[in-house]
Amino acid sequence: MSALLWALIALPLGAGTVLGLGGRRVNAVAPLAATVVAAVTLGLAVAAALARPGVEAPLFTGVRAGLRVDGLSAVMVITVAAVTTAVLAFSTAEFGRDENRGRFFGVMLLFAGAMLVTVTATTLPLLLMAWELMGATSWALIGYWWRQPHRAGAADTAFLTTRTADLGLYLAAGAAMAGGVGSLRLDALPHTGGAWLHVVSAGVVVAALGKSAQLPFSFWLSRAMEGPSPVSALLHSATMVAAGAYLLLRLHPLLTATDWAGPLVAWTGAVSALALGLVAAAQRDLKQLLAASTSAQLGFMVLAAGSRGVAAGTVQLVAHAAVKSGLFLAAGAWLTVLGTKQLPALSGAARGRPLVGGAFAVGALTLAGLPPLSLWAAKDEVLAAARAESPGLYAVGLAAGAVSAVYSVKALWYVTRPLPAGPAAGHGTERSAGRGTGHLARWAHLPLWVLTAAAAVLGVLALPGPADWLRTLLGARGEPSPHPWEAGVSAVLALAAVAATWWWLSRTPRTERAAVPWAQDWLHLERAAHALLVRPVMGLARALAAFDDRVVDGAVRQLTRGGSALSRLAGRVDDGGLDAAVGAVASGARRLGSWARRPQTGLLHQYYAQAVVGFALLTLIVLLVR
Amino acid sequence: MLTVVTFLPLLACAVLALLPRTVGDRACVLVWIGTAAADLALVVALWAGFDPYGGMQYEQRVRWMPSAGVSYHVGVDGLSLPLVAMVCVLFLAVAVYSLRETRRVRAAAGLFLFLQTVSVGLFVALDLILFFVFFDLSIVGMYFVIAGWGHGERARAAALKFFLYTFTGSLALLLGFIGLYLAADPHTFDLVELTRSNPLAGQGLYAGLVLLAVGVGLAVKTPTVPLHTWLPPAHTDAPAAGSAILAGVLLKMGTYGFVRIAMPLLPGSWRQYALVFVVVGVVSVVYGALVALAQTDFKRMIAYTSVNHMGYVVLAVGAAGTLVGSDAQARSLAVTGAVVQMVSHGLLTGALFLLTGVLYDRGSTYAIGSYSGLAAHTPRFAAATGVAAFASLGLPGFSGFIAEFQIFTGSLASQATATAIALLGILLTAALFLRALRAIFLGPPRLPAGIPTTGIVDLRPSEAAATVPLLGLALIIGVVPRFLLDVVEPAGRAVTELVAR
Repeated sequence: MSALLWALIALPLGAGTVLGLGGRRVNAVAPLAATVVAAVTLGLAVAAALARPGVEAPLFTGVRAGLRVDGLSAVMVITVAAVTTAVLAFSTAEFGRDENRGRFFGVMLLFAGAMLVTVTATTLPLLLMAWELMGATSWALIGYWWRQPHRAGAADTAFLTTRTADLGLYLAAGAAMAGGVGSLRLDALPHTGGAWLHVVSAGVVVAALGKSAQLPFSFWLSRAMEGPSPVSALLHSATMVAAGAYLLLRLHPLLTATDWAGPLVAWTGAVSALALGLVAAAQRDLKQLLAASTSAQLGFMVLAAGSRGVAAGTVQLVAHAAVKSGLFLAAGAWLTVLGTKQLPALSGAARGRPLVGGAFAVGALTLAGLPPLSLWAAKDEVLAAARAESPGLYAVGLAAGAVSAVYSVKALWYVTRPLPAGPAAGHGTERSAGRGTGHLARWAHLPLWVLTAAAAVLGVLALPGPADWLRTLLGARGEPSPHPWEAGVSAVLALAAVAATWWWLSRTPRTERAAVPWAQDWLHLERAAHALLVRPVMGLARALAAFDDRVVDGAVRQLTRGGSALSRLAGRVDDGGLDAAVGAVASGARRLGSWARRPQTGLLHQYYAQAVVGFALLTLIVLLVR
Repeated sequence: MLTVVTFLPLLACAVLALLPRTVGDRACVLVWIGTAAADLALVVALWAGFDPYGGMQYEQRVRWMPSAGVSYHVGVDGLSLPLVAMVCVLFLAVAVYSLRETRRVRAAAGLFLFLQTVSVGLFVALDLILFFVFFDLSIVGMYFVIAGWGHGERARAAALKFFLYTFTGSLALLLGFIGLYLAADPHTFDLVELTRSNPLAGQGLYAGLVLLAVGVGLAVKTPTVPLHTWLPPAHTDAPAAGSAILAGVLLKMGTYGFVRIAMPLLPGSWRQYALVFVVVGVVSVVYGALVALAQTDFKRMIAYTSVNHMGYVVLAVGAAGTLVGSDAQARSLAVTGAVVQMVSHGLLTGALFLLTGVLYDRGSTYAIGSYSGLAAHTPRFAAATGVAAFASLGLPGFSGFIAEFQIFTGSLASQATATAIALLGILLTAALFLRALRAIFLGPPRLPAGIPTTGIVDLRPSEAAATVPLLGLALIIGVVPRFLLDVVEPAGRAVTELVAR
C-alpha cells in the first residue's frame, strides 16, 4: 500500500529531475516520456484514491513526515494528475525541436509532483517543502524563455511574491511548536494553545492567500502570464494557485478555531472575486483576462473555505481546474497558430479553427456560470455556504458571479467575430520568433476536448445524490445546499449579464469603449508593491552597504590608523624620551669621569697642595660640626 | 585513529616538501587529491563505526604540558563528526578544483594540506590550548593563501587585514580560556573536565567577563555584525579555492566554538546573556542580507550572505539558551538546526565560491553588471550556479532548508520577535540571489568587454567534479536528512541539557 503512495510522488519527481537535467540531450524523447509518466501517475492517483494509503517517516526531533490520501486528497490527486496529463499531452505539439524540451517537460513534472506532495502531506514541514518547491519550479517555468529580460523579471516577481506569503507557513510552524503541537501535524494545528493559535492561523491564511493570488498578492499572477501557455494551463488550474485554496479547505477547522480567521478569509475571497472579476473585464489581452479570472474564481474557493463550505469549495476547485486548463490550452493554441493574444487581433479565431473555437466557447460559457454547466452548480454551492454565513457575503458573491459572466462573454465575443479579410495582425506575440507557426497537430485537440468535456459535466457533483457522496467523502456532512430559488437567481443573473454584455459589445464600437486604467493595471497592485516595499528595501540596502563600508569598516580603519599613530608616538617617546635620557646619563657619567681625571696631574707639589686644602676643609667641618 | 585523520595531510605536506624538484606540478596535485580522498575515506570509516548515543568517541589523550594542565586530547561526538566530514569533503573538492592551478602548485598543495590538518585538528580538539593552537594556525595558513594566490596587490592588503583582525580576536579568545583555566580546580584546559566541573557556576561578573572574551573571539571569526568587515575584502581578493575554505571551514570554527566551548562551559552566563546573542544573530541575518542585496560584485555578495547564514546559527544558539517559553524539543531543534546549518553552509558556499572562481576565470571580473545572458554560452555552468543559488536561499530539497526550518521552528517559542524578523532573511536572500542570477545568466547574451565569445568555455570536467558533488551532498541532506540528523540530534540534545543545568 505504502509503495503505491511513494510511487505516486516519486515517479513525477524522479522523472522530472532526470528530464530536467537531461535538457536538450533528451529533446527527442522528452514529450512522449513526460506524457507517459503523467498518464502512469494518473493511474497511480486513481489507485491511491481507491486504496487510501498512508506512509510516515521520521523527519526532525518529534516531527514526522507523513503522506496520506484521504477524501479531499483523493479528489486532489486525481485532479492534479489528470490535468497534468492533458496539459503535457497538448504541450507535445507546442515545443519545436529547437527549444529545450527536456527542461520544459522535466520542470513541469517536478511542478506537478510538488503539488501531489502538497495535497497528500499530513505534516506542516513536508507540506512547506513541497509548497516552496512548487514556487521554485514555477519560477523556472515562467522564465522558460529566459533570453527576454521581462520574462525573467516576471519569474522573479512570481517567486518573490509567493515566497513573501510563504513566510507565513514558517511562522505558523514555529508558532505551532511554541503552542504545544510538537508533532506539527496538520490535523493537530487547531489545538495550538494560547495566543499562538492566532499566529498559526494568520500565518496559514497569509501563505494561502499569496499562493492563490488573492488580494493583495494578485499581481504576480498577471506577470506569470509571461510563461508559455501550457504553464499557465497547469499553474492556473490544478496546481500552484489551487494549492492555496486546498490549504484553506484542508485546514478549515483552524479557520473556525478563531473567531476572526473564517470571516477574514471569506471576505477576502469575496472581494477578490469581485475586484479581480472587474479587472478581468477590463483586459484587452486574452491571457491577462484569463489570469484575472483565475484570481476571481479562486476567490470563490477561498470564500467557500472561509464559510465552512468544504464540499462547495472542492467542487469549485475541480470544475475550475478543468475549465481553466482547457481555456488556456485553447488560448495557447491560437498563440501558436496566430501568434497573438490581443483580443481585437483574435477576431474570428474561433471560426477559423472550429475545433479549438468550440472547446473555447464551451469553456467560456462554463466560466460565465451559465446553467447547466459545472461552474454554475459549483458557484451556487459556494453561495449557499456564504449565505449561511452572512447575507453581505452572499450579495458580494452574487455580484462577482455576474461579473464572471461579463468577462467570459467578452472573450467569447471577440473570438467569434466574423473572420477579418487579411491575416491576423500579430502583436503581443509570445515568442521571439514573432508570428505564429500556423500549425497545430490534429491529435492535440484530444486533450483539449477531454478537459472541456470534464468542465461541462463536472456540475453533476452538485446534484443531490453525488453531492451527498462527495460530502461523505470529504467528511463535510451537514453543509448547506442551495435552495432551488438560489440556483434560479444565479442562473437568471448570469443569463442577464451575458445578454447585456453581448448586446453592449455589439452596439458600441471599439473606439468608444472607455479604458479603465486602474482595472487594466490590476488595481495598480504591482506598482504599489514596488513603491511601498521594493524601492524602500533597495534604498535601505544601498544605504546600509554604504554605512558598512564607511562607518563600520571605517571605524576599524580608524582604529588601525589610531594604532599606527600610537606606535609612532611611542616611537617618538622612545627615541626622544627614553633613549635621550639614557644618552644623557651616559654623557653625564663621561663628564664626571673627565672631571675626576683633572686633579691627577702627576705633579707632587700639586698633590701636596690638594692634601692641604682637603685637610683644611676637614678641620673646618670638624670645627663647624662641633 | 583521529590522530591519523588529523595529521595525514600534514605528513603528505612534508612529503611534498621533500620530493625532488623534478616532480611535476600535476603529480603534486595528484598526491594532494589522493591524500584528501584517503582522509575522507578514513572519516567515512569513523562515521560507520560511530554510535550516535555514545557521547564522545575515538578519544585519545597524551600528556603535553602537564604543569600547565595542557594535554593533547582529541575525540569526536555528534557535533564535531559531521563538521570533520564536511571539512574533508570540502578539501577534496578544492583539491580537485585545483587541477587547473598553474601558479606555485606545489606550495599551494602543501599549504592546503597544512590547512586541512589544522581544520580537522580544531574540530576534534578537546583541549582549549590545542583548540587555540589550531585556531591561530588556521589564520596563519589562510594569510599565506590569500597573500600568495590572491588577486594582486590588494590581496596582500586584504590578507594583512584578515590576519590582524582575526588574530586580535583570537587573543580575546585566549584571554577567555585563561579565565576558565584559573577558575577550574585543579587548573586545567581540558574541555571534557571543564564541561563536567562547570567551574564558573555562580561566579557572576567574572563568568560574564570570560563569556565576553570568548564571545568576542568567536564572533570575529564567525563573523557577526559588527565584527565582520574583514570578510568581504578577504573573500573578494582571495583565490576561489581559498574563499571556499575560508567561508566553508574557517567561519565554522567560530560557530563551532559557541556550541563546543561557550555553551557547555559557561551555561549560567550563556543563559543570562542569551538575548545578546539573539540580537547579534538577528542583526547579522537582516543586515548581512540587506548589504548583500546592494552589492554589485558577485563574490562580495556571496561573502555577505555568509554573514546572513552564520547569523541564523548565532540566533539559534542564543534561543537555545533561553529557557523561558521553550521546551526541550524546541531548544534541541534549534541546536540541531544550527549544526546542520554549519554543514550545509560549508557545502553550499564552498560550491558557490568555486563556481565564482569559474566566472572569474572566464570573464576576469566579478562585476555583476559586466555579464548578461551567460546561460547561452555556458548552460552547464549556469545550471550549477542556479542550483547552488537556490539551495543557498533555503529551497526545500536542499540542506539549507533542513537547517533553517529547524532553527526557525526551534527559536520562535522563546524569541518570537527576533525569529519573526530573522524570517525576513530568507526572503532577502531569495531576492538577492534571483537578482544576481537574472543579471548574470539570463537576458540577452553579453560578455565583459574584451572577452571573445570563443574564449568562453562551459564548466570543465574538473570544475564540475569539484562542485557538483557538493551540491549533490546538499541535495541528499535535503531529501533524506536522517543519516545526518541521527548523529547530530543526540549531541544537540546533550548541549541543550548542559546549558539548562
